[in-house]
Amino acid sequence: MIEIKNLKKSFGDLLVWEDVSFTIQDGETTAVIGRSGCGKSVLLKHLNALLYPDEGNVLIDGEDVFDLSYTGLRKVRQRFGILFQGGALFDSISTFENVAFPLRYFTEQGEEEIAHNVYEALSMVNLEDVGEKSTSELSGGMRKRVGLARAIILQPDYLLYDEPTSGLDPKTSDEINELIVTMADNLDITSVVITHDMHSVLEVSDRVAFLDEQKLSWFGNTDDMKHSDNQNLLEFIKASEYKIT
Amino acid sequence: MNTNFPGAAGIRQFGHYAQLLYQALRSSTEISTYRKNLFQEFVKVGYESIPIIFLVGIFTGAVLTLQTAYQLDTDIYPSTIIGSIVAQSIVIELAAVISALVLAGKVGARISTELGTMRVSEQIDALESMGFNSVSFLVVPRILAGIFMFPILYITAAVFGIIGGVSAGALDGILPAAEFMEGARAFFFESDIIFGLIKSVVFGFVITSISCYKGYYAFGGAEGVGNATTQATVLSCIFVLLADFTLAAILL
Repeated sequence: MIEIKNLKKSFGDLLVWEDVSFTIQDGETTAVIGRSGCGKSVLLKHLNALLYPDEGNVLIDGEDVFDLSYTGLRKVRQRFGILFQGGALFDSISTFENVAFPLRYFTEQGEEEIAHNVYEALSMVNLEDVGEKSTSELSGGMRKRVGLARAIILQPDYLLYDEPTSGLDPKTSDEINELIVTMADNLDITSVVITHDMHSVLEVSDRVAFLDEQKLSWFGNTDDMKHSDNQNLLEFIKASEYKIT
Repeated sequence: MNTNFPGAAGIRQFGHYAQLLYQALRSSTEISTYRKNLFQEFVKVGYESIPIIFLVGIFTGAVLTLQTAYQLDTDIYPSTIIGSIVAQSIVIELAAVISALVLAGKVGARISTELGTMRVSEQIDALESMGFNSVSFLVVPRILAGIFMFPILYITAAVFGIIGGVSAGALDGILPAAEFMEGARAFFFESDIIFGLIKSVVFGFVITSISCYKGYYAFGGAEGVGNATTQATVLSCIFVLLADFTLAAILL
């Protein structure tokens, strides 16, 4: 379980948000939505202390990530997999090596076992044949899927998705959404999805956190969004031109 | 407290730079994290710089010989003095400094661009999120490669500089190779080589650490990486010259 308590973050004089508190339950998928620049990705990077807040806590199973020593923090970080916006693949090595990278450094697995696990992860994201390709040969959607394969290779407890469908065509976006649902179901992973794609929110999430006006404006079940009396949330949904029925 | 006084930005940057170096020093014990990268950096910083250092050495020695001969075109001095001046200038100063200025462009620009691109494309965040110490993985091997490879490149530049000087003197008919070498040997001191080696170690550290700092903290997309690379190259050159002066004042 991830508990976010009274988080406040600013960059210099610019306040990103304050007093953000909500809980991400185990096994659920929580979507964090909001307008561009509202600090969704910044919030995501606080969950495993890639960024530190001005105030507040993030508790992972009761342990505050901001109080951990570097060694303790590294152990916590290994419980997370992150799919970054552009995939964040290492462009100096092949696709196979990108996925194998965490295995080589954090496990004692031999070459045969590594190859087996890498191709299994690649097959989970429907990309069995790209192992030997350079990352520059991959399309945007393929890069995200390889990034996802790398994120799950160490079997994390938490999977964080930063704008998983941004910049993708509708069909590829649907494939990524299906993968998010498959990962959550098959691997019993707790997921956090940062997005402003309402279609994606409705497809994949159990709960929604809406960031607006430098605070957490709304948090609740995805199904309850349509009954919300939060005018800004309703306008955000309407602006996405996705009709909720 | 007013933190916008003149020079405040420079002081903040130096503090930030010192902090990165401290992290790098603390991370230098994590050898298993950066062992593989260290060998790759030895190749990139050292082996792959040999062609440009060869050219720098040859032409520096050749031009210096021709210009020294032109300036000493009298009967007052024996011609062997040309070999003495050229060889000592190369060993004490030029092999280290000119190589460093060229390598600030080649090695420094590569390091800052690589790390800057990794920063803005979230590859460094990806490393950290996996539980890697990105400073140990990326910064430590690059600085160590600078410290260990620059002395080798200095020796290379010095050897080819003297070969360039001997060749230019002989081919231009200024003085035979034997006379050049006789003059070079007459004023050869081991301490000069040690001085050059110390300078090259310092220059290697200055260039790689500044370039790592600028690249590691780059921000603002492609333009940000461009700015980081420009700043890394310019600052490296400035601090190489400052370090050169300081070392000369202290050690000579």
